[in-house]
Amino acid sequence: MNQSLTETSHAGQEVDQYGEHHAEHDDRLQHHFATFEQQFDAAKIGMWLFLATEILMFGGLFVGFALQQSAHPDAFVAAHHHLDKRLGALNTVVLLLSSFTMVMAVWSAQNARRKAMTTYLLVTLACAATFMVVKFFEYSHKFHDGTLPGSFYRVQHVGEVPNQFIFFSFYFMMTGLHGIHVLVGMGLITWLIIKGRNGRFDGTYYTPVDLVGLYWHLVDLIWIYLFPLLYLIS
Amino acid sequence: MSHHAPGENYLNTPAGLKSWLTTVDHKRIGIMYLWSILFFFFIGGILALLVRIELLTPKQTIMTAEQYNQVFTLHGAIMVFLFIIPSVPAALGNFVLPLMLGAKDVAFPRLNLGSLYIYWTGALMAVSSIVLGGVDTGWTFYTPYSTSTGGAVSLMTMAAFVLGFSSILTGVNFIATVHKLRAPGMGWFQLPLFVWSMYATALIQIMATPVLAITLLLLTMERMFHVGIFDPKLGGDPVLFQHFFWFYSHPAVYIMIVPGFACISEIIPVFSKKTIFGYKAIAFSSVAIAIVGFLVWGHHLFVSGQSTLAGAIFSFLTFLVAIPSAVKVFNWLATMHRGSIDLKAPMLYACSFLLLFSIGGLTGIYLGAMAVDVHLHDTYFIVAHFHYVMMGGTVIAFLGGLHYWWPKMFGRMYNERLAAIGCALVFIGFNVTFFTQFVLGSRGMPRRYYNYLDQFQPLHAFSTFGSWILGAGLFLTAAYLLATFRKPMDAPKNPWGGRTLEWEADSPPIEHNFDFDPVLTHGPYDFRPERPKTNEPVAY
Repeated sequence: MNQSLTETSHAGQEVDQYGEHHAEHDDRLQHHFATFEQQFDAAKIGMWLFLATEILMFGGLFVGFALQQSAHPDAFVAAHHHLDKRLGALNTVVLLLSSFTMVMAVWSAQNARRKAMTTYLLVTLACAATFMVVKFFEYSHKFHDGTLPGSFYRVQHVGEVPNQFIFFSFYFMMTGLHGIHVLVGMGLITWLIIKGRNGRFDGTYYTPVDLVGLYWHLVDLIWIYLFPLLYLIS
Repeated sequence: MSHHAPGENYLNTPAGLKSWLTTVDHKRIGIMYLWSILFFFFIGGILALLVRIELLTPKQTIMTAEQYNQVFTLHGAIMVFLFIIPSVPAALGNFVLPLMLGAKDVAFPRLNLGSLYIYWTGALMAVSSIVLGGVDTGWTFYTPYSTSTGGAVSLMTMAAFVLGFSSILTGVNFIATVHKLRAPGMGWFQLPLFVWSMYATALIQIMATPVLAITLLLLTMERMFHVGIFDPKLGGDPVLFQHFFWFYSHPAVYIMIVPGFACISEIIPVFSKKTIFGYKAIAFSSVAIAIVGFLVWGHHLFVSGQSTLAGAIFSFLTFLVAIPSAVKVFNWLATMHRGSIDLKAPMLYACSFLLLFSIGGLTGIYLGAMAVDVHLHDTYFIVAHFHYVMMGGTVIAFLGGLHYWWPKMFGRMYNERLAAIGCALVFIGFNVTFFTQFVLGSRGMPRRYYNYLDQFQPLHAFSTFGSWILGAGLFLTAAYLLATFRKPMDAPKNPWGGRTLEWEADSPPIEHNFDFDPVLTHGPYDFRPERPKTNEPVAY
C-alpha cells in the first residue's frame, strides 16, 4: 500500500487520493468525500433513488385506484362530478409555473446569482402556498357537502349510484398524500431561502438547491397525473 | 488525516454514551444495529420455543388459543422485520461495506444514523403493540381478518411501515456508496462479492419497500376509516391486498436471502484459499435474483382465486429463480473443489448453509408447481420450506459472517472448539426441528393450528425436542461470543488470510478506518502465494 499518498503538506492544503487539492476548512465538504464533485454526484444518486421510492409508493395508490375504478365505473364517474374542474386546472397551472421558477432558482444557484435565486425561490413558495389555499377551499367544500372518505361519507340521495364513497376515499388519500408532499416542499424551500441568504450556496456548492428542485418537480409531476385521473374521468 | 495514539480505535475513541448515540461512524452504527437485532433474535427465539412447547401436545399445553395466535404472530413479525431484514445489511453490511471499498464512511452518514433511530422507533411501536392489545393476524396481515379483528393491528402495521423506511435508507446509502466511494483501482469487477450482493439487496429494498409502505397505509386507513379498498363488504377486494402484500414480501424474501449469499461468497474462498470460481456469474446472479424476484409474487396466490393462466405464468417465473440460485451454489462448490479447506467456524457455517439452503431452495420448486402447491399450501411443508431458507439460509450465513468478522469488529478471538460444537448443535437441532415439519406437512398438518389430531403428536414432539437442541446451540454461541469480552484485544489484523480491504485495517479499525488511503493492488480473491507486480495483469 502506498502510504506516502496520505501525507498532509503543511500549507493547509490536503492532497487527496486523486491528487487534487482543496482547502481544508470548507465545512460544506464532508470528511469522507475527496471533492465537491464526488459529494454532489453521491447526493444526486441518493435523491434519484429516493424519488424512485416516491413513485413506487404513489404507484400503489394509482394501481388501487385503477382497479377500483374498473370495478365501480359508474360510481367513479358520478362521484367525480362533485369536483370543480376549474379549481383543479388552476392548481395545475400554478404548479407548472412553480416548476419553471424552481428551474430558474437552480440555474441562479449554479451561476452564483444569489439574489435571483432568492427571488425565484420566493415565487415558487408563493405558488405552493396558492396551491394549498385552493386545496383548502376544495376540501372545506367537501366537508360541507359530506363527500368524505369511507365511513364519513354522508350523502344519501334516492336513486344515487352506490359506492361513490370509494372514489372519495381515493380522492382524499391521493390528494392528501400529495398535499403533505407540497407542505414538506414548502418547508424545504423556506430552508433554502434562509441558507441562501446566509451565503451558503455558490458555484462550487449548490447541492441542496439542486436536490430540492428535483423533489419539487416530482411533486409537480404527480399532480399532473392526479388532475386528469381524478377531475377528468369520462 | 487521522493522527491516533496506539490503543485508540473506533470502539473507545471518542468515549461516552453520548458519542455513541450521536455518532455518524458507519462502524458504530453497525455495532448498535448488531446489538439491537441480536436482542430481537433472542426475543423472537424465545417466542419460537414457546410455540414449540405449546405444540408438544395436541390440546392446550401452556397457553390459550388466543395467546398462541399472538405468540406466533409476534415470532414472525419480530424475526422478519426486526431481525432478519436488518441482520446482514444494516448490522454486518454497515460495518464491513465501506471498509471493503476502502472508504471512510457510507455516502450519507447522518442518514445512516437516522435509519437506526427510525429502526428503534419502529421496534418500540412493534413491541408496544404486544402490551396494547396484541396482534393475532400472522405476520402477513391478510384482509379481511386483519381489518375486522381487535387488538393493536394498526400499531403493528404502522411499525412495519416505519421499519420499512429504515430499510430504504440503508439501501439508498449503500447504492450511492458503491457508486461513488470505491478506492482508486477498484472497478465494478474488483468489488468483493459481498458488495455485489449488498447492491442487489439495496435495489430490492428501494424498489419493493415503498409498495409495502402504501399497502400498510391503506390497510390502516381501511381499519380506521373503512375506505372500501380491501373490505369486500364495502366493495373492496381482499385479494388485492394479497397482491400488494406479496409484491413487496416476495422480493423481501430476497432482501433476506441475498445478504446470506453475500456472507457465503466471502467465507468460502477465504477458507478454501482459492480464487472464487465464476466471479461474474455470482455477481450477476445476485442481480438476476433481484430482478426475477419482482415477477413471482403470484405464487403465493395459487389458491386465492387467481386465474389458472396467471398461476401458470407465475409458476414458470418462480422456477426461473432456481437458475441463478443454483449458479451460485455450483460456483461455491467449484471454489471449494481442490481448495485447501480449513474448517474453522465461519466455514462450518458456510458448509451448513450449502446443505440447508439447497434443501430450502429445492422444496421451493415443489411449492412453485401449482398442482403440488394445492396440496401443500398452508401446511407445515411451507413452514419447513421457509425456515430452511430463512433460518437455514440467512441466519446460518449471518452466524457465519458474525464469526468471520467478529475479530474485526471487536478485536477479539473466540474459542474455536466451542464454536464448532455450537455450530454442530445448531445444525443438528435445526434439522431435527424442521425436517420433521416437511413430513408433518406432507401428511396434512395445517400451519398456524393450535390443536391437532393425535396422530401427529410423535412428530410434533420430535420437532419440539429439536428446538431445544437448536436453542442450546444458540445459547452456547451467545455465551462464548460474550466471553470474548473478558479476553484481551489481541486479534491480528487478518486472522483468516482474507484478501479484501477490510483485513488491511486494524482489528478493531481506527475511527476513520485506515491510517492510509487504500489503493487496490490485487483482486479480492487473489490467493496466489506471491503478490503480483503492479505492471502485471491482475487476476480476480
